[in-house]
Amino acid sequence: MSEASHGHADGHGHHGPAYLAHHFETPAQQFDAAKLGMWLFLAQELLFFSGLFVAYLVFRMWYPEAFSVCSHELDWRMGGMNTLVLLFSSLTAVLAVRSAQLGEKGKTSAFLLVTVACACIFLVVKYFEYSHKFHAGLLPGKFFAPVAGHTVASVFPPGSASFFSIYFMATGVHGVHVIVGIGVLLWIWRRNESGEFSKDFWTPVDLSALYWHLVDLIWIYLFPFLYLID
Amino acid sequence: MATAVASTEEHPNYLTHETGWKSWAFTLDHKRIGLMYLAAILLAFLAGGIFALLVRTELAFRGETIMGPTWYNKSFTLHGAIMVFLFIIPSIPGALGNFFLPIMLGAKDVAFPRLNLASFYIYLLGAGFLLYSILTNAVDTGWTFYTPYSANSSTSVMSTTLGVFILGFSSILTGVNFVTTIHTMRAPGLHWRRLPLFVWGQYATSVIQVLATPVLAVTVLLLTIEHGFHLGIFDPKLGGDPVLFQHFFWFYSHPAVYIMILPGMAVVNELIATFTRRAIFGYMFVAMSSVSLALLGFLVWGHHMFVAGMSEYSTMVFSALTFLVAIPSGVKVFNWTATLYKGSISFASPMLWALSFLFLFTIGGLTGLFLGTLSVDVHLHDTYFVVAHFHYVMVGGTVMGFVGGLHYWWPKMTGKMYNETLARIAWFLVFIGFNITFMSQFVMGSQGMPRRYWDYLERFRMMHGFSSIGALILGVGFTIMLIMFIMSLKSGKKAPRNPWGSAGFEWNTTTPPHPHNFEATPVIRRGPYDYHLATEEELAST
Repeated sequence: MSEASHGHADGHGHHGPAYLAHHFETPAQQFDAAKLGMWLFLAQELLFFSGLFVAYLVFRMWYPEAFSVCSHELDWRMGGMNTLVLLFSSLTAVLAVRSAQLGEKGKTSAFLLVTVACACIFLVVKYFEYSHKFHAGLLPGKFFAPVAGHTVASVFPPGSASFFSIYFMATGVHGVHVIVGIGVLLWIWRRNESGEFSKDFWTPVDLSALYWHLVDLIWIYLFPFLYLID
Repeated sequence: MATAVASTEEHPNYLTHETGWKSWAFTLDHKRIGLMYLAAILLAFLAGGIFALLVRTELAFRGETIMGPTWYNKSFTLHGAIMVFLFIIPSIPGALGNFFLPIMLGAKDVAFPRLNLASFYIYLLGAGFLLYSILTNAVDTGWTFYTPYSANSSTSVMSTTLGVFILGFSSILTGVNFVTTIHTMRAPGLHWRRLPLFVWGQYATSVIQVLATPVLAVTVLLLTIEHGFHLGIFDPKLGGDPVLFQHFFWFYSHPAVYIMILPGMAVVNELIATFTRRAIFGYMFVAMSSVSLALLGFLVWGHHMFVAGMSEYSTMVFSALTFLVAIPSGVKVFNWTATLYKGSISFASPMLWALSFLFLFTIGGLTGLFLGTLSVDVHLHDTYFVVAHFHYVMVGGTVMGFVGGLHYWWPKMTGKMYNETLARIAWFLVFIGFNITFMSQFVMGSQGMPRRYWDYLERFRMMHGFSSIGALILGVGFTIMLIMFIMSLKSGKKAPRNPWGSAGFEWNTTTPPHPHNFEATPVIRRGPYDYHLATEEELAST
């Protein structure tokens, strides 16, 4: 049988470097497959969030006044800070990939941890935002009951409850993705610490940074749509 | 494929080279994962089938027969949910796709074997949620979960929708795996225009799985939260819109029906090529029609909602697009028919299923056009005409394709042959039973019999009686098939490497296949249907 590879020529002998999985012929093929797989996964993540964005668009079309009024209940400074924090974390994520490509284990770990720290800052700010909403009674759907004196507006137009339904669903699902991202980045940090990555093999760092960029990108859209309506 | 074929002397095969439950539970071998999927989906088919028999038994006579209206609603809901989510969507990709896609590509496995195993366990987890919800106040909303009823129902909507959410991930990850495998792991010489059409069909299916399923995920997530926390997105009393739910739901669920049919069509390509002993006529047209279905399938979801209250203008657009999406399916049927013409046709049991597909899918597809015609749909929407239409395409189409593929590839997977006489008897009963069950439903539906009704008017009594008898015959047919396959496992004749004399690439492996599929990566020098280029040794069926 013609052989394109000598993979099994010597039984259990060398198939390739340790990071090359058994079913791939070459590291290049493995890398291409990993990248393609990750981009496909990100495509479906985008479609998942697009459902929430469509819901947002539809409700904003129906209740423009409510959306404008409720948007002012959100603190654009806190949202803005979170935006800057995430943007910075995307920078540190890509610097982590760069360091991994250069084989700089220490710097890779450092950049990964800074990214995680930024994610944690994001979540802390989110916590303060959410608890403010809870105290002010600005809750979704059936639970919408604004507390006088705790809100910017004194009168809430119809559809205001829907705004907060969308707000909590969208930022909540995004927040879950941030938490997952923290887990993933910490896992990659541990693998880096154990010496798994090198100049020749840094794919997992690359892929996890890609995921993190998507999480950042989603927020880049959420922020103006929710916080900056007029 | 390559110049020499695998020897048939004693060789390690994927079934025997490792034993013990752990070698199955933690396997990374796509073939073993495929078999585990096969077992799971066949169990799901049994469960869904039992609910179908419950429904048809209740409807066999007027008034209450074996259950009251609430349990009737639960029965048809569970029949639909189990069949759609636990059986038909995972069936061909999970069982046959997993098994044969890498082999047809000349690869040792899929791109992400661990993700593949994870997909299977995620499927089991989702199935577990569904089972839990069945046992604790089963849903009665219909598998379509329309709001506001589903958002307010006291039945176990949340665990069911969470189960569906989880199952969706199994589907998505399989799609990611297959697309990546097809792009990056083809053997040398296997360019796109030489791919088996089974692979093209799986590719198109996987693209839809990746792009459409997340929309279902967000839909059921919103429904779950709506049900649990009264979010108010779909509930008019809280400022929401129930038609918005329908848009969200059908935006996935229409492409989902292409996830269901494309694999069936993918199998039929292989069956018709082998059993007419020639290349599929119009190969590129058939390949591209799969891709077109994947794309066009995203544009027609509104045809499920013509009478839901959408604008007339949008219903016109959706109707026009629905007519457009019928074309690629028509292209396939014409090309398959052209392949039959002057082909060397064999009526071995797998071919009986393929021919049934041609006939029954055509009926199902054509009746879809009746439903896509606005003025006609006003009368036919939510009648038995719709029920008959989708059973003709899903059962007469996909299930026929799946069962045909199961028969065809059974010897390769198990190393055993099955009893051909029993196979023919089973086919005959299923074919007859299916048509009796569902042809009568076209008639009833056009006469106004609504769907999902527990009871009916006197004038439908005879048709319902026929339909239920048909269902019984169907059940007997499938039971005989089950017995046949069990007998094959216990005492079937040893299968040769290529019992059907096919030129397909997968028949060049040993029977059953080597654990890593090939001794060494093959080099592809011809197409999978090039009977004039294949050697006698490759095509030998003994």
